[in-house]
Parts: sequence; C-alpha cells; structure tokens
Amino acid sequence: MNVANSWRNGPDPTGHFGAYGGRFVAETLMPLVLRLEEAYEAAKRDGGFRSELDGLLRHYVGRPSPLYFAERMTADLDGARIWLKREDLNHTGAHKINNCLGQVLLARRMGKTRIIAETGAGQHGVATATVAARFGLPCVVYMGAVDMERQKPNVFRMRLLGAEVREVTSGSKTLKDAMNEALRDWVANVDDTFYIIGSVAGPHPYPAMVRDFQTIIGEETRSQILEAEKRLPDLLVACVGGGSNAIGLFHPFLDDDAVEIHGVEAAGAGTETVHHAATLGKGLPGVLHGARSYLLQTPDGQVVEAHSISAGLDYPGVGPEHSWLKDQGRVKYFSATDREALDAFAALSRQEGIIPALEPAHALAHVMRVAPRMAKDSIIVMALSGRGDKDVFTVASALGEQL
Amino acid sequence: MSRIAGRFAELKRSGRAAFVPFITAGDPDAETSFAILEQLPKAGADLIELGMPFSDPMADGPAIQASSQRALASGMTLARLLDMVRRFRARDRATPLVLMGYYNPIHAFGTARFAKEASMAGVDGLIIVDLPPEEDDVLRTPAAAQSLDIVRLATPTTDERRLDTILNGAGGFIYYVSIAGVTGTKSFSTDDVRHAVARLKARTGLPCAVGFGIKTAEQAAEIARFADGAVVGSSIVARVAQGIEKRLKRAAIVRDVTEFCATLAQSVHGARPGIGVE
Repeated sequence: MNVANSWRNGPDPTGHFGAYGGRFVAETLMPLVLRLEEAYEAAKRDGGFRSELDGLLRHYVGRPSPLYFAERMTADLDGARIWLKREDLNHTGAHKINNCLGQVLLARRMGKTRIIAETGAGQHGVATATVAARFGLPCVVYMGAVDMERQKPNVFRMRLLGAEVREVTSGSKTLKDAMNEALRDWVANVDDTFYIIGSVAGPHPYPAMVRDFQTIIGEETRSQILEAEKRLPDLLVACVGGGSNAIGLFHPFLDDDAVEIHGVEAAGAGTETVHHAATLGKGLPGVLHGARSYLLQTPDGQVVEAHSISAGLDYPGVGPEHSWLKDQGRVKYFSATDREALDAFAALSRQEGIIPALEPAHALAHVMRVAPRMAKDSIIVMALSGRGDKDVFTVASALGEQL
Repeated sequence: MSRIAGRFAELKRSGRAAFVPFITAGDPDAETSFAILEQLPKAGADLIELGMPFSDPMADGPAIQASSQRALASGMTLARLLDMVRRFRARDRATPLVLMGYYNPIHAFGTARFAKEASMAGVDGLIIVDLPPEEDDVLRTPAAAQSLDIVRLATPTTDERRLDTILNGAGGFIYYVSIAGVTGTKSFSTDDVRHAVARLKARTGLPCAVGFGIKTAEQAAEIARFADGAVVGSSIVARVAQGIEKRLKRAAIVRDVTEFCATLAQSVHGARPGIGVE
C-alpha cells in the first residue's frame, strides 16, 4: 500500500482532517488537551498498554465479537449476503466499552482519580460507569433530562454501577447539552479529572484516539470475513450519530477501493422536516465541542436541536473525520427515518431473534433498502453496534403500547 | 494608538484600574440592552465587553448561559449586534468596546466579513473563548487587517511554555481568568491571582485585566489594587434576570443594572489609596 496515498493518515499533527477537527476549546483546557495528546502518544508506543488493553478486551468484554451471517434476512431480502458484526454481544451491550477501556487505562497512566462522561442513549454512560467500577474510580455521568426520561433502564444501570448521574436541564436537555456540562465540569476540575468522551467528537486528540480504540471492530471484521467468504465485502454499513462505531468498522477498509462504504444518519420525522439528526446530509460546517465539523445550525450559527427516536443518534454534530470522508467522497452518507428504523428493528427481532438497538436499526433500514438491488453473491457487512433491551420502552410507546 | 491602548494609558497615568462590565447584547431584548450599553460609560465603565450570544456557551456558568438564551429568544443576531455598536459609537467615540463570545456565529457570518464589519461599526477588540492561539489564525489575520485586537486569555492552567504561545500574537490586553472554572462560579484566591498577574506583567507590556470569578464590589476592589482591570459579568446579567423575575419595566431594569455598575465602578476606582502614584 502506498502510505502517502492512504485514507488512513489523518489527522495531521495539529489534529485536522483537511479543514475539519482541530482544538476549539477554552484556554483553561488547552494545556490539558495537549497533555492528553502526549500521554496518548506515549501509551501507543508502549507495548504494555496495548497488551493490558487486549487482555481486558478478550476476558472482560468477550472479544472478538462474532461476525454473524443473517441467513433468514438474506433469504427474505433476496439479494446481497448480509453479515452482522455483533458488537451487541459485548459486555455492556454495545461497542462503547471498547473505547472506555482504552481511555480508563490512559486515565490511570496519567494519575487521574475521577472520571466524567456525557451520554445520550446511556450506552456510553453505562460503559464508562462499568470501567470506572472495574478500576475503583468515582464517576459522574452527565445526561440530558429528556434522555434520562426515555432511557430509564440505562440510568438505573449506571446507578447500580456506582456512578452519579447528573441531570442536565440546559438547552435542549439532550446529548449536546450533556457534553457542554461535561466540558464545564472538566474546566472546573482540571487537576484530578479525566473526561472520557464517547464518540469521535471533541477536540484533538479525542476523534483520533476514540477511532483508534474502535478500529478493533473493523480489524476483526476484516479477518473474519476473509475467513468466512474468502474475500472482502462489497459494502460496509453503519449508523452515524457522532460516528464512533462507523469509523471503527470503516477505517481498516478505507484503502480498499473495491469496498463501498455507507454511513446512515437518523432522519427522524424526515429530512424534509426540521425534526431530524442528518448532520452530514443537511448541516453546514461549523465549530462545536472542540472541533470543526458539519453541524445542524441556523443561518446565524446557532446550534439547533437534533431529533431522532434514537437517543444515541440525537446529536447535531458529527465526528470531523466523517466530515472529511464525506467531502472527499470516500464514504457516502444516507439517512433513515424513525419509521424505517422501527420497521428494521421489528424485522431483525422476528427474522433473526436479535433485538437491535434503535441506533443500528437505522443502518439496518438502509441495508434493507439496498440489499435487494445487489447481486446474490455480493456481501454486505453491517455493524450491529448495540442491543435493543434499553429501547423496549421507547419502541412500545412508538407502537402505542403500554408496558 | 488604539482606543484600548489609549484608555489603559490614561488609566495608568491617573493610577486607576479599569472597570470592565460585561453584558450580553440582546438581553433581555435589543432595546433594553442598548439602553444599558449606552448608560455604562456614565456609570463608570472604562471599557465594555459586549457578549455575542451563543446557543452552547461551554465556558459560561448558569447566569451567562441564561443571559445568552434570553438574548437569542429575543432575536439577537451578529448583524443586529453590530447595529447596536454603530448606534453606540455615533454618541460615544471614547469607550473601547470588545466583543466576547464563541466562534461558530462568526464562522457562519463569514470570518473576514465579520472582522471588517465589526471594525467599521466601531468594535475595538475580540475575545473568542473557543479560539485558542492554535486555531485563531483564521480570525487574527483578517482582524489585524482591520486593526482589531485579538485579546488572548491566560488561566490558572497556563504554564511558562504555554505563556509564550499566548503572548505571541496577543493584542489589546491580556485577560486573566481568575479561576479554573466557568464564569460566575468559584471564588478566586487573591494571592494566587496577584501572583499570576505579576508573572504576566513580567513577560508582557500589555495591560492585564482579570475576570471570570469577580462577583462583588469588594472582590472587584481587591483585584483593582494590582491588576489593570476588573471584569464583572455574571453578577451584572443576574440583575437583568432578577428584574425580569420581579416583572420590572424596561426603564427600571436599566436603572437597576446601571446603578449596580456604578457601585462596582466606584469600588474599582477607589481601590488604590494614593491616586496618581502608580
């Protein structure tokens, strides 16, 4: 491979993916962000760090996660062969734990004694509370009041794990406001606190670091599909909120030109309405939460609320590397509505006996659109980034049922 | 000499520190905030920080967050804010005006166009909280072409090496953030701030103003004994919130805020015993 022409070289030394990324944070945080970058670079070079992380991923998370052939769904759609990367089978039920373990080990190396995080759907909050419990560190999770209401099981899980869940009532009371509050906490607790960001968002080095910790999804997929099908897939599909499971799956395949790659955003009530979370599809470049990236905003540059039935995709920003990959055309971005995601949610439950989280149900909705148009010997791999237990109340209420 | 440099030079000659009030443009509405702005020089403001409201003010505490939301709800935009500045400048050519806020609204407006229009409207400097030196080239270059000062921030987390980066390209004055925290929350330690300001002044000829944690007239006076300026924001915009809560009329809110500012100004201006002996 010609490294100079690789899609995998970013970011540059100042944290930019082309015009995106960077470090747009208050001066108080700059020395911390720079120190974090140094510590992460040192950890990357330290074989002991990698082997400790690998051990935990294997024995604590249960990796490698299976790559599962969805036989009945493939037959039903009568097109491409559909494989699911089963991140839903990880400890804590989603891909988020991959990143949290990496960051908590880094926090320990840096001598930090307190963990904070933001969460939307609660999956990242649960994963952070889990690793904090595992290493005996106090943990505060910021969560929007609206999200706490629609993700009650995860709020309870975080509390069981010993974390303090702080309700955020500012702004739209969802993920973006939880991230604002976490940044405010970090500014006020610079000495002892490590901020575990859950997506490929935030100031450099977070987008690159979180991506690196999630790339295990794509690395395993690559060797698993080569073993099962003796060739690379024709299409990769993953849902994109901030975009961490997507970049984790995509990254090891970016330089394989024959592999087509699709990210799927949440279209909420439809991208023709204002009630959606299709940041890449409908947003414009802007600066929020430490990075320049596509952003849902008014013509005056005020950030607008995103809307999705899935709390994990309900974010008006997106990781800067996705913005760059979109502009470069290497990855194509689509969207799926709440309705389409609910249909996919039901289909996978009934056809494969797998209840998916609402986030990857968006990716599945896209797979259900494109698979029938593809040849029967073609291969799709989709990241099934989390399981749907947390969403049963939301789905019940969307279907008009009371639990 | 720029308006900012001129004002600090005058103050130095008279042995006083600057009283720097912060208000948010458009809080609680454009007319009321303009009326407050217009009264501030008479109330004793030596330099004014005018907040550009943003939906996601990450570095601000509850008081300024609420102030920004009120301003946005009233329809404030950067274009309207610059109209306010023009109206202010038509009557006051002397008081330096610095805009403070976040980058995204400027990015959306067009960075070069913003620098040009802000300068023509009569703005003297910009403090953009989420544009650290590593990222502020994009604004510093067009601002320099319009003789607009980019005011840099130094904080309790700033070490010696970092200070070089901050001072290289800083203009107007240095804004020392007195606490590690968001605006209007913790209280500063006077000794720590005095030490930090002395360290800054040993390294730069720029004036050094202090803000973020100053809430009362007494705290403002403590800072004014050694710093070149004391910035008060949260407790001023909190008066606006109280006025709304008490259902005061616009004129009463304006009067209450300007009286509070006058108290702060007196305290800052009387802080140093031997006037004229600095």
